[in-house]
Amino acid sequence: MRAVLTMAKREFFAYFGSPTAYVLLAVYLGLTGYFFYSDVAFFVTFGAQYLATGLWRYVFIDYRLVTLLVMPLVTMRLFAEERKLGTIELLWTLPVRDYQIILGKFLAAWAFFGVLVLLALIPFGVFYVFHPFDLGPPAAGLLGLVLLGTAFIACGLAASTLSENQVVSAMVTYGILVFFWFMTWNEAVGSEELIRVLTLLSLFDHYYSFASGKVQTVDVLYFVFFIFFFLYAALRSLQSRSWRGVV
Amino acid sequence: MTVSSSATQADTGPAEICAEHLHKSFGGTVAVRDVSFQVARGEVIGFLGPNGAGKSTTLRMVTGVFPPTSGRASIAGHDVVREAILARRNLGYLPERTSLYSDMAVTDYLRFVADMKQIPAREVTKTVTWAMGATGIEHVSHRLVGNLSKGYRQRVGIAQAVLGDPSVLILDEPTSGLDPEQVSDIRALIRGLGDEKRTVVLSTHILPEVEMICSRVIILAGGRILAVDAPSQLERRLRPYKEFAARVVEASDVLLTSLRTVDHVAEVVVEAAPADEESGAEGTRILVRLEHGFDMRREIASKIVDGGAGLLELQPVVMTLEEIFLKLVGETHESQRS
Repeated sequence: MRAVLTMAKREFFAYFGSPTAYVLLAVYLGLTGYFFYSDVAFFVTFGAQYLATGLWRYVFIDYRLVTLLVMPLVTMRLFAEERKLGTIELLWTLPVRDYQIILGKFLAAWAFFGVLVLLALIPFGVFYVFHPFDLGPPAAGLLGLVLLGTAFIACGLAASTLSENQVVSAMVTYGILVFFWFMTWNEAVGSEELIRVLTLLSLFDHYYSFASGKVQTVDVLYFVFFIFFFLYAALRSLQSRSWRGVV
Repeated sequence: MTVSSSATQADTGPAEICAEHLHKSFGGTVAVRDVSFQVARGEVIGFLGPNGAGKSTTLRMVTGVFPPTSGRASIAGHDVVREAILARRNLGYLPERTSLYSDMAVTDYLRFVADMKQIPAREVTKTVTWAMGATGIEHVSHRLVGNLSKGYRQRVGIAQAVLGDPSVLILDEPTSGLDPEQVSDIRALIRGLGDEKRTVVLSTHILPEVEMICSRVIILAGGRILAVDAPSQLERRLRPYKEFAARVVEASDVLLTSLRTVDHVAEVVVEAAPADEESGAEGTRILVRLEHGFDMRREIASKIVDGGAGLLELQPVVMTLEEIFLKLVGETHESQRS
């Protein structure tokens, strides 16, 4: 546990050692703030009645988009940079296990994501001051957003182990995530049954119920499975040095 | 050429590092084949070989970076694959590309490594202070690693290796890319780290370095071990005689014949090329080859003086590690070609 926390601490503070963290923070907050504002304006202008379906749903669907844009840039350096600098070799000779290194980095990215999300909740607080609302539906949306972001981190972490090039690792992450988004879009390509199966696998179809204020076990399980799958992939990818060599 | 490493193992104690028939291939490429050696506790051993000889691959197997394709290795009695964590607790490693987190201050970085090495929390400050003292980096402790000179970064690399006072230190090319002053500093540092409790493996392709620091050398080329021995023993194996060079004013046939009558002299030859005309050395160099274990300098000197040949100088000719190395590596290339 100590090794995991030590790794996490180093990685978390490493984010703030470069301007990247601040740029990502600024973009995340700027875009989520804009989306929140425009969704509220839309809600008010068109006089919708229910906050859960008329406002929060749209806010969380928009937040998802910003998260998709930003998170691969948060995770891309985790292993790619270690590979490029060669620091990974030293980690491999310290008395720690590969999974501890992975969990440490995962926690660090997760903590950074936590900072993003916490700050992106400020508009909700401001809204609440002027107009108290039922906290249930946005809490479900928040849970969905956290699960989704965690899934992005797991995927980005695995992609980051593949090469020493951060751009490659970010692009692979975008590729995988966007594929999991678009794969149910074209009904013309597959039969109805196929689309139904694909919907079960689709990342974003599981997110929509959270956004509308519903927490369903199947959706939670889907994300948990997705996260574990990619963390395991990251572990296997790290262990491939045994036949790929170090670099 | 066949090499038996067991016969040449130092007999000073139990093997601290043990490699048995290590073999590593990546895809179809064999990087290291059948490498076996042992390093005793307290020994400082040199790991020599041309670039691409398999030094780093071998060290990576020993340090547990990746497992061998076949064979096994242990550190302080712990198998590096099956008891990886225990083995690594006894290991300090400086990778070939000394790579440190450049965004951290020296102390923070060392504390990070100490924590990762599971050094008890209350001892972290003590061991970090000690390691910085041992490597002479206290005065840069608050600077960012990335802002240090290469020599200092190398020191930080060595400091992280000695954290927790491991019994085995493996340093992969610790002096490469440093200026001459830094090189001699780092060498002094390494020499200071070797004591009766600590085993040091120093990988390098700089031969004088090994001669200066190490008691034994392991020579690798083409992924195989060519020799494991003390430099002087290697010389004995490669050259079946002991050699003295005499510089005389005139090397007459009479003189050569009389030298051949000296006991234990196996061979007397006149060096073909005039030694070095530019340096102004006069006379002719005669090489007198003796059986091992005999020193006949007095007799040789009196023969030359009595014969009136004019003795200018007489000195033993030792093979430098460089010559040994080139000869061994050359022989391998020969045998591979034939």
